[in-house]
Amino acid sequence: MHMNDTIVALATPPGVGAIAVIRLSGAESIALTASCFDGKDLLTQKSHTIHFGNILDGEEIVDEVLVSLFLNQRSFTKEESVEISCHGSQYIINRIIQLLIRKGARLANPGEFTQRAYLNGRFDLAQAEAVADLIASENESSHAAALNQMRGGISKEIKALREKLVHFASMIELELDFSEEDVEFASRDELKELIKGIDKVLVKLIDSFQLGNVIKNGVPVVIVGKPNAGKSTLLNALLEEEKAIVSDIAGTTRDTIEDEINIGGVKFRFIDTAGLRETTDQIEAIGVERANQKMKESSLIMYLFDLSTEGLDVILAQEQQLIEMDKPYILVGNKRDKVESEPAALLENEHYISIAAKQETGVAALKDMIFAKSQMDNFKTGNVVVTNARHHQSLVNTQNALHDVVRGIDNQITNDFLAQDIRHSLYYLGEITGEISTDDLLDNIFSKFCIGK
Amino acid sequence: MFPEYDVIVVGAGHAGCEAAAAAANMGSKVMLITMNMNTIAQMSCNPAMGGVAKGQIVREIDALGGYSGIISDKSMIQFRMLNKSKGPAMWSPRTQNDRMRFAEEWRLALERTPNVDFWQEMVTGLLVKDNRIQGVRTSMGIEIKGKSVVLTNGTFLNGIIHIGEKRFGGGRTGEKAATGITEQLIELGFESGRMKTGTPPRVDGRSLNWKVMEEQPGDEVPGKFSYSDTKPLKEQRPCHITYTNSEVHEILKTGFEQSPMFTGRIKGLGPRYCPSIEDKINRFADRERHQIFVEPEGWDTVEIYVNGFSTSLPEDVQYKAITKIPGFETVKMFRPGYAIEYDYFPPTQLDATLETRLISGLYFAGQINGTTGYEEAASQGLMAGINAHNKIHEKDAFILNRSDAYIGVLIDDLINKGTNEPYRMFTSRAEFRILLRQDNADVRLTPLGHQLGLASQDRLDKVHEKLSQTETLIKDLQNLKVKPEEVNGLLEEKNSAKIKEKAPLINFIRRPEMEIEDLIDLSDELKDKTKGLSSEILQQASILIKYETYIEKEKSLADRMGDLDNKKIPAGFNYKEIPALSAEAKEKLSNIQPANLGQASRISGVNPADISVLMVYMAR
Repeated sequence: MHMNDTIVALATPPGVGAIAVIRLSGAESIALTASCFDGKDLLTQKSHTIHFGNILDGEEIVDEVLVSLFLNQRSFTKEESVEISCHGSQYIINRIIQLLIRKGARLANPGEFTQRAYLNGRFDLAQAEAVADLIASENESSHAAALNQMRGGISKEIKALREKLVHFASMIELELDFSEEDVEFASRDELKELIKGIDKVLVKLIDSFQLGNVIKNGVPVVIVGKPNAGKSTLLNALLEEEKAIVSDIAGTTRDTIEDEINIGGVKFRFIDTAGLRETTDQIEAIGVERANQKMKESSLIMYLFDLSTEGLDVILAQEQQLIEMDKPYILVGNKRDKVESEPAALLENEHYISIAAKQETGVAALKDMIFAKSQMDNFKTGNVVVTNARHHQSLVNTQNALHDVVRGIDNQITNDFLAQDIRHSLYYLGEITGEISTDDLLDNIFSKFCIGK
Repeated sequence: MFPEYDVIVVGAGHAGCEAAAAAANMGSKVMLITMNMNTIAQMSCNPAMGGVAKGQIVREIDALGGYSGIISDKSMIQFRMLNKSKGPAMWSPRTQNDRMRFAEEWRLALERTPNVDFWQEMVTGLLVKDNRIQGVRTSMGIEIKGKSVVLTNGTFLNGIIHIGEKRFGGGRTGEKAATGITEQLIELGFESGRMKTGTPPRVDGRSLNWKVMEEQPGDEVPGKFSYSDTKPLKEQRPCHITYTNSEVHEILKTGFEQSPMFTGRIKGLGPRYCPSIEDKINRFADRERHQIFVEPEGWDTVEIYVNGFSTSLPEDVQYKAITKIPGFETVKMFRPGYAIEYDYFPPTQLDATLETRLISGLYFAGQINGTTGYEEAASQGLMAGINAHNKIHEKDAFILNRSDAYIGVLIDDLINKGTNEPYRMFTSRAEFRILLRQDNADVRLTPLGHQLGLASQDRLDKVHEKLSQTETLIKDLQNLKVKPEEVNGLLEEKNSAKIKEKAPLINFIRRPEMEIEDLIDLSDELKDKTKGLSSEILQQASILIKYETYIEKEKSLADRMGDLDNKKIPAGFNYKEIPALSAEAKEKLSNIQPANLGQASRISGVNPADISVLMVYMAR
């Protein structure tokens, strides 16, 4: 047990950068830093102050650095902490860390900074998981979800749910233990009503996972259309860089290629697919099969066609197929520059937009339409969103156990067995908030972190 | 005058008797001290043993080799298996007992137990040296030396009886209270508290009009508690049910001003789930009537116990009110109901062996630990007796887990959670209820009891026979198949779905509406195989078949949760150095010093979040 030793690690990603930050936490953080720092006397400085000076290895200057001080209780770990901003060379970083280790610091284990923050009472387990998500968040929406969770959002919802279940369980238990005595019991209908209410909340949370997943991993948008409709060109226009292989030979894009783009603070994941034609080419046939699969998994489908070559009847037939898929979609008419006018039937269609991908005209309007059609502004309402696969699994397990309870009530199973299923659902809920701690759960949480976090 | 004893038991109620018998049967030299040898094993409250969760405890005591089951069987006047309409985990045996015979059987059983000496006197002090128990001192100043002492003082420690505004010292009506011990224990550093319980009036059965009451007979085929060869009843006595009414309530209310409960004269906390009649009227003002069980006190006596009418109102108010209960119009009262307040010691001061952490060799069992109920007391006495013996003879502590027995749940709850009101066992306190059934207490515990030297070889042989017969029967049911034409007639009769193809017999047992007995006539082979099997074996096989999936689910959950019990916490662990623990958790954990994370998780005031913190901390 070494709660109070001082740990050190690089806090910024490894590799060359302009600057790098080395982080220390523990009772000796400032003293250790001061022992190899040439500048002000760090031991007498206030918390949350930054000091310029040199890191000295004996007489030799290793680097010119900025040192930020965080006194006890006032840092992320709630321990005395120091952040040394040095130049971002691997050589300098290694020298400074080695120097601090020689002075008595210990190289931190993966996730140890967060672990200390947790052990020092900074947050609960679900919040610790959220820290990992927060660190990994790449855009506004996933950041908002992680932040909400770190502030206790999901723990609070689950707690309320748990209380309802405990109430339900106690009604069942009352009947079991006092069946011979003089008390009144809840009716079966009342119990079912109660479960219905609980189930509603569960469904809401489980459904939010889809949204949460989307927020974390990006909204999947599939681009479909005939070969040479300009899919790769459109993708490049959206990405504003060359990613997909573009050529004039139909069917060049043999496989799905994915890339991400940030629109309105939301991450969108664009999936360029092979074309939609019947084919004898085996490799391409596989590509078409994959395109269908991707469409099923997507949140939005963009049907791209060449305005100069595609007939209106074909376009409308395609739209019919899209309507049947029951997904938000956009009809994108490409190569607007090559036609004199666009068909009136399309201009009246609210799903229609025309662009010229090569010239990058109409792309901004298309982006706005993508954002609107994906209905991604919902997440900003502050609702609790489940983003964690482990939480999602526990919620689904809870729901299954509760459905067993309802089935039990319908089959007139005796209450002692109903109670068992309720206990199981409570057990699964507890897994989210850490009410039932298992090693797996803890391993899972802290293994997400790398050294320095 | 006395030799040095291995185990001195103070008090001869349910806890004291079991403690003395267990230690003596294991080979300890035992001294049982009681204030009155004529009141050994008194049923101070209702003349019944068992009931929901409590019946399971009696079965467990019996399976381990204790006496309560045998004594109850020998003195029962009625047997009922409660909750028969629910799942097998809820089946709970209960007996009505002949109060006088129950006490007599216990005394005779103890007299027959070698190694038990008796002494009639009040113990007023403990002999303690260097935090080790040395023996006891009596009111006459006699010092009796003992290597260990089990205190089972019941309601006698500074007991005060209340009837209306009258109050007097006493441990039970007509018996004086015990003094001196509490004061000495407090001086030794123990924390003490006050609790309250109550009892209803007893009346003359000849003065009741039974015709207007509803009869509640015993089971048609009565069972029994003990797995040994005690005999079930051939003839039984019924109980009767009647109800209070608004007239009764109005009269009772006239006494509220003199009620020791409402005037605040009683400081101790009573059990919420065993309220006095005035409590019920007060708390459930909209209820127009409350149920009254009219229980006979024995085969021959005319005395009747009025269960459900526990009260400490003035005796004249009690009398006036009770005469308004249907059937009680011309009642003659024998003794009024009363409330009693007594000292207890919060059981968080005990180890899992029921030994006090402050004084080595000193054990507490029964109401002194804040529990209520004969069964709860008896089981603690048994465990304290076993552990006192084992400690003296340098053997391992005997501790039952929560998934082993209700007794394990009881002691684990007491030492970790403590209790603010008299603690009574409920099935809901056991998270592994489906494993802790009354039908398998012998399978769970007799091997352990035999290892201790408490359960006889004969008992163990019986368990092995039960296991092998059950297993064989289940296999036979899997192997024997019937054709549709052989079984469909029966299925139709039982409102059960017919079959189209040949099927093994076991499939039908899985149906709730079918029992093994129903199938015996269908198959000559099964008839042959079940010949000579007791109904207990048929029932055991049926439970294991019908509830297989639930039992398996529960076992796997028990294993998963048992993982926490395997995570040991080093002795002397410093909880104060972990800031993330709540202040309350730090204090409770430091005081109780749990042996493992599982125990830590059950300490009241220690939250699941605290346990996660401990796990992370210990895994570092």
